[in-house]
This record gives sequence, structure tokens and C-alpha cells, in this order.
Amino acid sequence: MAIIERPTPVAPVVVTPTETYGLLKRPVSSTGWRSWVFTVDHKKLGIMYAVTAMFFFIVGGIEALLIRLQLAAPNGKVLNADLYNQMFTMHATTMVFLFVMPMAAGFANYFVPLQIGARDVAFPRLNAFGFWALLFGGIFLNLAWFLGGAADGGWFMYAPNSGPVFSPSNGVDFWALGLQIAGIASLTGAINLIITVLNMRAPGMSLMKMPIFTWMITVVQFLLLFAVPVITVALFLLSFQRNFGARFFDVAAGADPLLWQHLFWIFGHPEVYILILPSFGIISEVLPVFSRKPLFGYPFVVFSGAAIGFVGWGVWAHHMFASGLGPVSVAVFSVATMAIAVPTGVKIINWTLTMWGGKLWFTTAMKFAIGLIVLFTVGGLSGVTHSIAPSDTQQTDTYYIVAHFHYVLFGGAVLGIFSGFYYWWPKVFGKMLNEKLGSWNFWLMIIGLNLTFGPMHILGLQGQPRRMYQWTEARAGEGFFNLAFWNLVASIGSFILTIGILFFLINVWVTSRNPQKAPLDPWNARSLEWMTSNPPKEHNFDVIPTVHHLDEFFHRKYEEDEATHTMKQITTAEELIAEQERNADKHIHMPSPSYWPIVLAFGLPVITFGLIYSYLIAVVGGVIVLFAAYGWSLESSTAPESDFENPNSSTELVKHG
Amino acid sequence: MSTETVETTHQKEHGMSDAGYIRIALILAAITALEVATYYVDFGPLFLPALLIMMAIKFVMVVSYFMHLKFDNKVFSFLFYAGLVLAVGVYAAFLATFHFFIR
Amino acid sequence: MAETAHGHVGSTGISNVKLGMWAFLGSECLLFGGLISTYMLYRGRVTGGPRPSQIFDIPFTSVSSFVLLMSSLTMVLAVSAAHKDDDRKTNLWLTVTALLGATFVGGQVYEFTAFYKEGLGFSTSLFGSSFYTLTGFHGVHVTVGIIMLMSLVGILKRSSVPGKKAEVVEMVGLYWHFVDIVWIIIFTLVYLIPV
Repeated sequence: MAIIERPTPVAPVVVTPTETYGLLKRPVSSTGWRSWVFTVDHKKLGIMYAVTAMFFFIVGGIEALLIRLQLAAPNGKVLNADLYNQMFTMHATTMVFLFVMPMAAGFANYFVPLQIGARDVAFPRLNAFGFWALLFGGIFLNLAWFLGGAADGGWFMYAPNSGPVFSPSNGVDFWALGLQIAGIASLTGAINLIITVLNMRAPGMSLMKMPIFTWMITVVQFLLLFAVPVITVALFLLSFQRNFGARFFDVAAGADPLLWQHLFWIFGHPEVYILILPSFGIISEVLPVFSRKPLFGYPFVVFSGAAIGFVGWGVWAHHMFASGLGPVSVAVFSVATMAIAVPTGVKIINWTLTMWGGKLWFTTAMKFAIGLIVLFTVGGLSGVTHSIAPSDTQQTDTYYIVAHFHYVLFGGAVLGIFSGFYYWWPKVFGKMLNEKLGSWNFWLMIIGLNLTFGPMHILGLQGQPRRMYQWTEARAGEGFFNLAFWNLVASIGSFILTIGILFFLINVWVTSRNPQKAPLDPWNARSLEWMTSNPPKEHNFDVIPTVHHLDEFFHRKYEEDEATHTMKQITTAEELIAEQERNADKHIHMPSPSYWPIVLAFGLPVITFGLIYSYLIAVVGGVIVLFAAYGWSLESSTAPESDFENPNSSTELVKHG
Repeated sequence: MSTETVETTHQKEHGMSDAGYIRIALILAAITALEVATYYVDFGPLFLPALLIMMAIKFVMVVSYFMHLKFDNKVFSFLFYAGLVLAVGVYAAFLATFHFFIR
Repeated sequence: MAETAHGHVGSTGISNVKLGMWAFLGSECLLFGGLISTYMLYRGRVTGGPRPSQIFDIPFTSVSSFVLLMSSLTMVLAVSAAHKDDDRKTNLWLTVTALLGATFVGGQVYEFTAFYKEGLGFSTSLFGSSFYTLTGFHGVHVTVGIIMLMSLVGILKRSSVPGKKAEVVEMVGLYWHFVDIVWIIIFTLVYLIPV
């Protein structure tokens, strides 16, 4: 156990545990790589999630660039047809499951406990397990590149393309089993965050006083909780078909290939809200702060978010309008899809009215937030055109669809994530990202993404199918609708977009070398995560705050002037935090680090690897999992009092594992 | 101090006696016997609804009494029934798109 | 007050673990829902091999269903004994529950073997694939439950359970009852309703 002395939380004193649990002694380091690998701290895990996601963002980005290079000119020679199939399959899989979802998980992990005034999550070890399972699952998915080729059936892997006849390599096996592991990670993460929000809120924080980001994350976690098992079923059916000879998608045996499509999209449609709602949450935090106004219609934003989450369960078949569902199903799902535009529209109106009449401060974070509102609206409108089934039949499997979902995902989810980077960077790392580089970052990304995805509307309506690996000059058409021209524009755009993202990475590097520390409350923020030091201490808050208001932190800094009915500042963040430090809780027990989460998570890819190559390896994996499960359940999440050795007689100690 | 409050709520939550549990089990056993009987005795058009209703009764009884949901905090009921209702709704719609119920 | 930050009990006075377990069970509803729906869709699709009505042995399955149902009673008695801190009775009922569960799984293994001999393999037909997948998933859940019960008996004897003993027993109990209610549905939908 390490015991950290106040007030210098950087000087750890390592002591030996007097008691051991299971077979291994508890890890004790609080610095160095061990402090990260065995950590259960939600902040460290949040950073690890984000770094992992950023890595996969770059991987997926390189895959995207290769796709655009291939399509830049007629008869592309960069990739062959087979490799092209693998490229677009893995691009989508990586971006959805290994970039946006983990990035949102990173933000959620870091900020939800801080926003609700908690010291950690409900299940710290489960949290760590979720991260490692995600990382190992992601690595496992990408191992296929080196072992005979990656998955090549498209990210929704329709039968019969997913079968051994059309996908003979092990790619689809790696894909199905890797997503299974990532699914376990999402499920444990969802349970953890839901219980954290339900049960760990600071005194006084009722659900309707929760920061909006936390609300949106909560909706997302419920979607994950109920959507992940559906894809789990689908993936099991697929794996059983490929590896054990089941007949689920075998038309010769009388199977219905639509079974896969339904199961995939029952998961897949909630999934798109899983991708976008965290970013909605982020900009709902950013917009009020930089408009110097409270969020307009907070309850409406909350309920519309919940409504999107709920109605999102009843619209999945709009991905299947072209599959011959029958007129009744098409009509029902078409109407439901139009209905879901309503709560989304409510949100857009609320954001706009938040800015209306505010003293706008155009920081990079704010620019990205406004970028989201504009570009998501574009993507949302093309989405409404899909809800009209006859029009959708025309658009299905064309670049128009590609344009739509890139506007909502890149223009929506990714811009929101970047807004979050700029807004919360000083909170997490104690330094401000460079605003000038940020401006370059923003504008190049905006120009790049519109040049890349804008022309795809035209390409799609002209009939260019998605997933086509080459196009020919002879069939490119003429004039304004010439495919060659717009394909080239899109490819150039993708490189501008890449340069924009490079500016972000440069910004991170420049910022890390800049010795200047960020002020405590650089944006004059509103919610609880700012009511602690930058970066927060290991135990988050010296005193657990008692909450009286929505935007508690703002209401502690400001009071309404009786005479003029304006808000006037009564104290500063520095004073508030200094006061907390003076009244700091004594004896704060933090959850202790543990070996078991990473060991348990490591067992999973060993099992799945064994399922593909040799059952003997799978048995070894099973033994690892069982061993870790016993170790885990025999170890208490927080080491008991007797486990701590007091290095000195000081009573003011913060103990952690 | 928080553990004490939990203990008292526990006692309230687990108000059911062992004899009560046995009574519930007997009812469950009786319903099961009735269910199996439908396989041998012709119930006519009532057959399907009767079976489904008996299934639902058994399900709810185990959840309410053996799993204490009836006596426990409403949050537990919310978490479980949210999943259950969603599952029934979504999968019924799913089967309906295959014309499962009108075959 | 500081303790509430990490303890097993959150600000609402409700146990984290119990909330987590119920959320997990809510999630499991969609897992088994998917498997059951797949079976319902495919149960009548037999291009080769036996049809369901030709191989189901209703008296046998009724008995094993009854055994599983009664294991829920013994489980709840174990939980009740655990709340009264009666270690001896807790262990007794946990062991009985595990034995009943093992009887059920044994019955399932016998049933699978018999079906296989009568010509229903995993690849024989859509009915075969979906039947074995659904009941197999349930069987794995029961087996995991038995392992947890037996581990619990071993751990309780050494009295080194982290956290409150009664709560750990209760959690395993919730899982066990859930597996039982899934079977209540499978028994009716799969076995009793003819195709």
C-alpha cells in the first residue's frame, strides 16, 4: 500500500501490505508504469481510454486515406479488390468500436465521477477490467491483418458475405470474437457508470441537478446495457456458423439471411446514438460556458436525450428498407424514424437559443461546438431523406449514405470530441492547449471534412455505389456531375482533414513542452469538475460538496444581485478551492490497485485465439480467466485498515492502495 | 453508521418467512403440473393463452418473491423490468417483421 | 462520511453490487430474448433430421424443469439462512442447490445425447442449431451458477469473504433465480408449445 501525505500528493511512501489476498500481493506502486497498469483510478483509466482511442483513430484514419487514395483517380491501383474490402471493413469497425466508443468511455470515466462530486466509480476494478478488455479486444481484432487478412464483409457483415464461402480467411473470426471482447468491455463499463450515477452522487444532487454531460452519458450507458447483448447474440450465431457448422444463415437449410440484419441493426441503431450522444453532452457543457448563459431549457435537453435513446429502439429496420421487409414494416419504421428527428431538433433549438443573446467567446472549444451544430444539422437533414422509404431505396448502398453518416459521425461525434479536448485539456493536464494552433486545427478540419464528405452527396445521388473498389473514366459522366472531379475533390479533402488533425497532435506536443500552467478556472466554468485542482487530486475532492443548484460551481461563485437581477461574482475558484483544502476530509480511503483486472482481461483474447487455432490454447485462456476470477473475488476492493502501515504518526493521511 | 441503516432495511426487505417461501414453491409446483397437463389434455383454443399466462405467473412469482423485487427498492425493479419490457417489445416487433404471429 | 466515497453502499443507501447485479440481469433479458427469438423463428424449419415433436421427451424434461424450479426454493432458503448468519444452514442449502443444478445439467447432457442419437446434430437443421444454441447457453449459465455456488460453500467455510457474507450469497441467489426464470420461459415456449 502506498500512503500519500497531504498536502503534497506527489510524494508517495511505499509500505508493504501486511496481508495478502488470493495468491498475489497487492500492487503497491503509485508511480512508474505499474501505477498505470494496475490502477483502478477512474482518471488514469479515462486517460488510458482516450490514448487508446486516439491510437485507433490514427489507424482508422490511415485506412481511410488509403481508401481515398484508391478512389482519387480512375482504375485505382493502390489496393487490390481484396485488400480494399478489408480496408473499408476495418476502417468502419475501428472508427466505431475502437475510436468513438472508447473515446466517449474515456470522457465518461474521467468526468462523470467529477461532475457528480464522487471520489471514484462504483466498481473501480470492473472499470479497469473494461479498459483492458477493450484494448486487448482491439489488438485482437487488428491481429487478423498479420494472420491471413482482416475481416472483409463490410462493418455490418451481412450474411452470406460473412460465411466461409465469401470470407474464407480467419478475418471474420477475428472480427466476431474481437467485437465480442469489446462488447464485454462496453457492458461492464455500462453497468459501472449506471450504478455510479444512480448511487454515487454528492449529497443534494438530484437527477435534475446533474450536469448535462453526465445525463447524456447515462442515457448512452443504458443503451449499451441493452444493446450490447443483442450484438453478442448475433456474433455468437456467426461464430457458431463459421466454426461449429451451425446453419443460422444457410439459405439451403431454409435460413433467413434477414435474421442477421435484424439482430445487427437492433444493436446497430441504438449504437449510432451511443456514438453521438456523448458529443451532444460535451457541447451542451461547452455552449453555456462560452455563451455566459445557462443551458437553455435544461429539462428539454435531458428529456429529448432520453427520448432519442428510447425511440432509437424502434427504428432499426430503416437500415433495411431495401431488403424486402414488406410494406407494413417499412411504413411503421419509416414513421418512427421521422419521429426521432423531433427530439434531435429540440436539442438543436436549445443549443441555438443557449447562444442567443449570450456574450459569445469564440475559443477553439466553442468553435468545434458550433461546428457540430451546423454540420450535424446537415447530416441530420440527409438522415431525414433516408426516413422516406422510396427515396431511401434509391440511396441505399450509395455514397449518399456514406456522406450522411460521415456528417453525423465526423461532423457530429468527432467535432464534439475535439470540443471536449480543448475544453477539458486544462482540467486533465493542467495546461491550456494553444488557441492559435487550435484555430488552424479547427478550420482545416472543417474545410477538409466538407470537401471530403460534401461531394459524396453528389457522387451517391449520381449512383456511385459504396464499397466499389474502382471506378472507370468511361462511366464517370460529364459536366457538373462528373464522378472523376468529385472523387478527386473528396480525396484532396481527406488530406486537408488529415493536416487539420495533425495540427491537433502538434498542439498536444507544443502544449506539453510549454511550462506555463493553466489557471484554476480558465473558462469561468459552471459544473463541479472544475471545483478542484488541475489536474484533480487522486481523491478528486478534499470535501465532498453538498449540491444545491444545477451548475453548482457557478452558483458558488456568483449570486443574484437583488436590485438589478444580474449575477455578480462573490468569490473566485481559487478561494473556493483553498477553503476546501482547509476543511479537507481526513482519512480518505481510495480503492486499491489490483492485478486481477488486467489478468482477467488478458485471458479473454487467449480464449478467442484458441477458438480459432487450437482448443488447447482456449483451455489455457479459460484457466487464466478462472484463476483471475477467484483472485478477484477473494480480494476486497479496498484494502482493510490493517493493510496499511502508518509510516509516521501524522493523522492527515490520504490512503490509497 | 451507514452499515447499520442497511441492516435495518435488510430486515424489512426480507420480511418473508421460510414457510412463505415453501408456500410459493408449492404454488409454482402446482402451476408446473398444470402446464405439463396441457400436453396430455386437450384444452382447445384456450391452450396457448393458458400456457403463456401460467408461464408469466411463474416468472413474476419467482421474480417478486424469490428475488425479492416486490419488497426491494424500486430502482431494482426499474433496471430489470426496463430490460425485460424492452426485450419483449423489440423481439416481438422483430418476429412480427417475419410475419411470425400471423402464420 | 468519507467512507461513502468507495464503500459498497452508495449515497442512496442501496448496495452498489446489488444494483450492478440487477442491471446485468436486465441486460441478460436481451441476450436470452435474442436466442429465444432465433429459436422461435427457426423451430419449424427442418430440412432433414427429426422435428421437435418427434424427439422431445416431455415427461423427462418436466422432471428436470421441476428440479430446477425447486432449486430456486433451496436457494432462497440459503439466502434466508445467510441473512440470519446461520452458516451451517447456508452451506447446507447452497450445497443442495448446487446438487439440484447439477442434476438439471446432467439431465440436459443426457437429453442432448439422446437427441443426437436420434439424428439431431448441431448442423442437421435450423431447428438443431437454434435448439442446441439456446438450451446450451442456458446450460452454460447453470454450470457457471453451480461453480459459483460450490466456490461460495468453500469460501464461506474459510470465512474470508470480502464484504458482507449475506450479500454475496444474495447476489449468487439473484443470478440463480434468473437462470431459473429463463428456463420457465424456455420450458413453455420450446417444449410445451407444439410447432
